[in-house]
Amino acid sequence: MANGVFSRNIGRRTVIKGAVAAGVVQFASPFIHTARAADIVKIGLNDPLTGTYAELGKNEQIGCELAVEQINAKGGILGRKVELLVEDSTSADTGTAVQKGRKLIERDNVDFLLGNVNSAMAIALGQVSNELKRLHIVTGGHTDSVTGSDCHWNVFRVCNTTRMETNSVAKTLFTKYGKRWYFITPDYAFGHTLQQGFEASLKAFGGTEVGADLSPLGATDYSSYLIKAQAANPDVIIFLHAGQDMINALKQAVQFGLDKRFHIAGAQQELEVLNALSPNARIGTWVFEWYWKQPNVPHVAEFVAEIKKRTGGKVPTARHWFGYASTWTCALIANQEKSLDAVKLAKALEGFKLPPEVALMPNEPFYRAGDHQLMPSLYVGHAVESGSEPEDLFHVDEVVKGTDVALPVSETGCHMVAPS
Amino acid sequence: MTRLPKHSTSMVVWLLLLTLPFWMSAIGGYTALGSRVVVLALAAMSLNFLLGFTGVLSFGHAAYFGLGVYGVGLTLKYLLPNTLVGIAVGVLAGTIAAAVVGALIVRLRGVYFAMVTIAFGQVFYFIAYRWNTVTGGDDGLSGWRRVPIELGVTRLDILGNDKAFYYLVLFCFAGAVTAMAGLLASPFGRTLLAIRENERRARFLGIPVDQHIWLSWVTSCMFVSLAGALYALLNNFADPHDLRWDQSGDFVIMAVLGGMRAFWGPLIGAAIFVVLQDYVSSQTENWMSFIGLFFILVVLFFPRGVLGILRRKSAS
Amino acid sequence: MTQLILYNLFNGLIIGAFYALMALGLSLILNLSGVINFAHGGFLAIGGYLAYTLMPHIGFWGALALAPVLTAALGLMVERILIRRLYGRDPLYSLLLTFGLAFMFEDGTRYLWGPATVPFAIPDWLSTPLSSDFFFLTGYRMFMVVLAFVAVLALFLLLNRTRLGIRIRAGTLDLETVSVLGVNVRILRNLNFGLGIYLAGLAGVLAAGMLGLQPTIGSALIMPSFVAIIIGGLGSLPGTLMGGLLIGAASGVVTVFFPSASEAVIYVMMGLVLLVRPRGLLGEEGRF
Repeated sequence: MANGVFSRNIGRRTVIKGAVAAGVVQFASPFIHTARAADIVKIGLNDPLTGTYAELGKNEQIGCELAVEQINAKGGILGRKVELLVEDSTSADTGTAVQKGRKLIERDNVDFLLGNVNSAMAIALGQVSNELKRLHIVTGGHTDSVTGSDCHWNVFRVCNTTRMETNSVAKTLFTKYGKRWYFITPDYAFGHTLQQGFEASLKAFGGTEVGADLSPLGATDYSSYLIKAQAANPDVIIFLHAGQDMINALKQAVQFGLDKRFHIAGAQQELEVLNALSPNARIGTWVFEWYWKQPNVPHVAEFVAEIKKRTGGKVPTARHWFGYASTWTCALIANQEKSLDAVKLAKALEGFKLPPEVALMPNEPFYRAGDHQLMPSLYVGHAVESGSEPEDLFHVDEVVKGTDVALPVSETGCHMVAPS
Repeated sequence: MTRLPKHSTSMVVWLLLLTLPFWMSAIGGYTALGSRVVVLALAAMSLNFLLGFTGVLSFGHAAYFGLGVYGVGLTLKYLLPNTLVGIAVGVLAGTIAAAVVGALIVRLRGVYFAMVTIAFGQVFYFIAYRWNTVTGGDDGLSGWRRVPIELGVTRLDILGNDKAFYYLVLFCFAGAVTAMAGLLASPFGRTLLAIRENERRARFLGIPVDQHIWLSWVTSCMFVSLAGALYALLNNFADPHDLRWDQSGDFVIMAVLGGMRAFWGPLIGAAIFVVLQDYVSSQTENWMSFIGLFFILVVLFFPRGVLGILRRKSAS
Repeated sequence: MTQLILYNLFNGLIIGAFYALMALGLSLILNLSGVINFAHGGFLAIGGYLAYTLMPHIGFWGALALAPVLTAALGLMVERILIRRLYGRDPLYSLLLTFGLAFMFEDGTRYLWGPATVPFAIPDWLSTPLSSDFFFLTGYRMFMVVLAFVAVLALFLLLNRTRLGIRIRAGTLDLETVSVLGVNVRILRNLNFGLGIYLAGLAGVLAAGMLGLQPTIGSALIMPSFVAIIIGGLGSLPGTLMGGLLIGAASGVVTVFFPSASEAVIYVMMGLVLLVRPRGLLGEEGRF
């Protein structure tokens, strides 16, 4: 019995061997790509399409697809057709995200890399793109270090840093709603840096932090944190969550009636979240990174109409715009420089201004030279139960200039190492 | 059918693995995918040392895999930029943790053993996940890279040259797999098989069963932490997800998929699992349905894993 | 401080009752069929989504009544077509199969209902707190606790007072003998599986009212449910309920003192229970 494992089957291994070899070849053969003509420019998007962040990743993908279609209609990049390759990074497994990043660059040989929604993945992918020297635009990972301590010469970012988000809303919160704040913070870098940003502002204004709690990322129950928060009796309860966590937290806070006793606020808020909440839970003061209702800004209406065609009538969110603006950035800079060389393009992108038909916001957003962070406009406002149209769920009170709220480059912790 | 010499299967496996970087891109793969297959195959084969050859199911191997991951990451980031030292630290961390946990749980059997391995595994996972200042928490540990290895006369550029890294992985894989095969062929290995087949009888024969299971557990965890260390180097990143129970589940599935009674079964399982996911998920965002369906079909139609069905066909 | 601890203890019990509800279904299936159902979270999500689809037509209460039944019907089908083939084989195969099913359910719900979290409104009078001090006692959460207890009680009565229940219990202890005595084991297991999935569907509708409803809603809930089963003891339904309450309370109290350990604590408890008393608090000796 004991030697069965090894000896019993060995005679049959002839066949296994042959079959396995044949299987591997057969199995792998679909990999073989029909030879692609060299007259295509490839843009790779590495974003979550499954798991918790699937919706955000999907929305960025739709924005990218629209941009690619428009770019091709206008003659492509350097006269060549543009193709978008999309890889699912999953929502939680960074190993897979890195693998897919290498696949896009090493196998598919993309000229530009876009992504990721997940900050940890954005950082890990930044290392890959830096190692393989490809221009990389981070679409939607907000953790400060992407354009701070983890910055690279080839990595740019379209979405805001967390510090920009807190700085834009802190003053309003303090003057309008009170100086005693309680934080409920998701326990990862995104949450930590948001809280630090608010704390810095609060200290500058002379307010008090009456308490803070770290809730685990992906928590389902927020009641124990809410119990602690109400016991501290603050003026404002600040929720620093994103996505599903924000939905769960707000849903529970409203069911407990806390919105009637305290002001509810936070930094980053997204249309995806407000859409997922029942009307009575659409509350609070927040920052949007882009909003679809900007009657006085040129080209926004056309963009909204184009996206609606692709989403079955749903309006674009900030995520659609992130994908759209990043993709267009690649085309614009390559056509301007008449080159696909990453080093050259990265240099040219420093200080590069987005034209109005891509910017879709006031104040001429541009990529800052020192840390490669886009300096867009931020929209401070409050959530509303229902607006003039079905998806008009946010009322913009104030548009803030990115340059006014971003930390100076010297304080970001970014030490850019020039390409070797 | 002519019978080939005893080690023919192994020879073909080694031949395929050794030449992999040269045919991988020809069939549309890429070298990093090959490295991933080999690393995860090592993890699955290590698990199978315990599962397939001792008859003990662990559902918490990801914890020791993850200790290997963080051992490397923390060493390279904070201690010393030396890849080999990093690997050593990772393996040591995983092995010591396994030795301690193993001593506590070795009396348990069956479902209880599997469950208690989950419990301990999850405790390690939450430490990695919540101890932000050391492990980086959910954001993982970044800002470090594998360092080229100085061999005195020459320098092995495993950072810039992914083929060089593949061969480092394969070298470690070969060492570990040979060691496991050697152990299984030794009297110790035979005893493990005896325990798997009939624990009561083994006990009556005076075999110290608990001690043997403990040794098998520690060996298995040692090699899985080696796999973890290599996985960290592959990604240049340490991710708490690597310690979570569903990662353990993936290892078990790879072993069952390939055939847990066959020595090379988990390698086949890992190759199928990794390549299938990599390939299908590039074709459709509904890849999970295809993988799920594949699992179900394997269970229904290849009851002994993929190698099992190959065997049965060849026997008939 | 004492108040804070008491509140969190109380609150933890509520959460625990919910874990128990989900765990009961898992427990039923594990006991009779020896199948560890990793697709339970998927069934839970389907229950939630069915209720979401039905609600505009038949209201919250109609959906609460009907969605779990439909989920159970799906469960019966799955058992008949797939799970049945695995009885008597190594439990590893049911693990692989239900893992695969879980993948397909997650992807299927995403395909049918989209990746976006959908709004799920519960009646207003249920979602308001009963008193402003005990604001965490909303009508909805009380309703959930009551439902969990009713489910345990009903199951208990079913298992002890009805022919079906007695057969399930007997089958749990000794399936072969039950079979020899002329009971149709196939139908028995089929109904038992459906019953377990009914509970998953019910938990799904309730979860949708409390959490954001999206395809992965079940995945965060499945592990605590397993832990509840182990702590309570495999094979014991009251034990499962107790396990659920216990981990809820422990997690709540730990949040007050050491929030970072609020998740790990339930696994520490599980490890300790298994080391000291492997059969669990109320588990029967010698099973599994």
